[in-house]
Amino acid sequence: MAHGPDITLRYFAWVREKTGCAEERVTLPAGIETVADVLSWLGTRGPEFEDAFRKPGIIRTAIDQRHVKPDTAIAGAREIAFFPPVTGG
Amino acid sequence: MTVRVQSDDFDVASEIEVLTKGRTDIGAVVTFTGLVRGSAGGRELVTMTLEHYPGMTEAELEAVEADAHRRWPLQAILIVHRVGELRPGANIVLVVTASPHRHAAFQAAEFLMDYLKTRAPFWKKETFADGAAAWVDARESDDEALQRWQSQE
Repeated sequence: MAHGPDITLRYFAWVREKTGCAEERVTLPAGIETVADVLSWLGTRGPEFEDAFRKPGIIRTAIDQRHVKPDTAIAGAREIAFFPPVTGG
Repeated sequence: MTVRVQSDDFDVASEIEVLTKGRTDIGAVVTFTGLVRGSAGGRELVTMTLEHYPGMTEAELEAVEADAHRRWPLQAILIVHRVGELRPGANIVLVVTASPHRHAAFQAAEFLMDYLKTRAPFWKKETFADGAAAWVDARESDDEALQRWQSQE
């Protein structure tokens, strides 16, 4: 299997501001299977990410631009986005 | 395409004209326009900036539009949502529904707004005259508004 960055992570609104990152390509560590696993891992990536993902229950997630729940499997995902509850309209 | 995300303003009258031009089968057009209020939490608002998730926003709005078409006999739906920096009094969002009779048009417009507010990936950031800036918190009342439609599925 090829290795190297294999998934795009995107951050919006205050998640983007706190992490200081809008978009990045990463390789997720082995053993990460669900959205909740990704959220936990993100919280370990330094103080900015720790701050942004301190309360993972607040963060909403989309896989390949569709809303998903924390227990959703990430297998096959090309793009995962993290953001606060939406406030349009 | 009846879903648009844009930084430019929109004109309600001309949007209705485009939608109804040359047609004699439409009996009711309902429009909803959302505007930027000049204050929030007792503070004077200077700007409201709307961020969104390009691609997903359009997909969500189109899904909501398709859902409305399944629920009511609608002849047309238009959703226009602005992004970028807006000032108090500015237009934010426009929903237009057209049907042979008013009931479907009224209900669908409300449904579209309730769904849009809880599913479409837009986020509002407010800046105030005192220099403070804050992201708008989602409201539980918006989720409750959505639930009444889900109980009708």
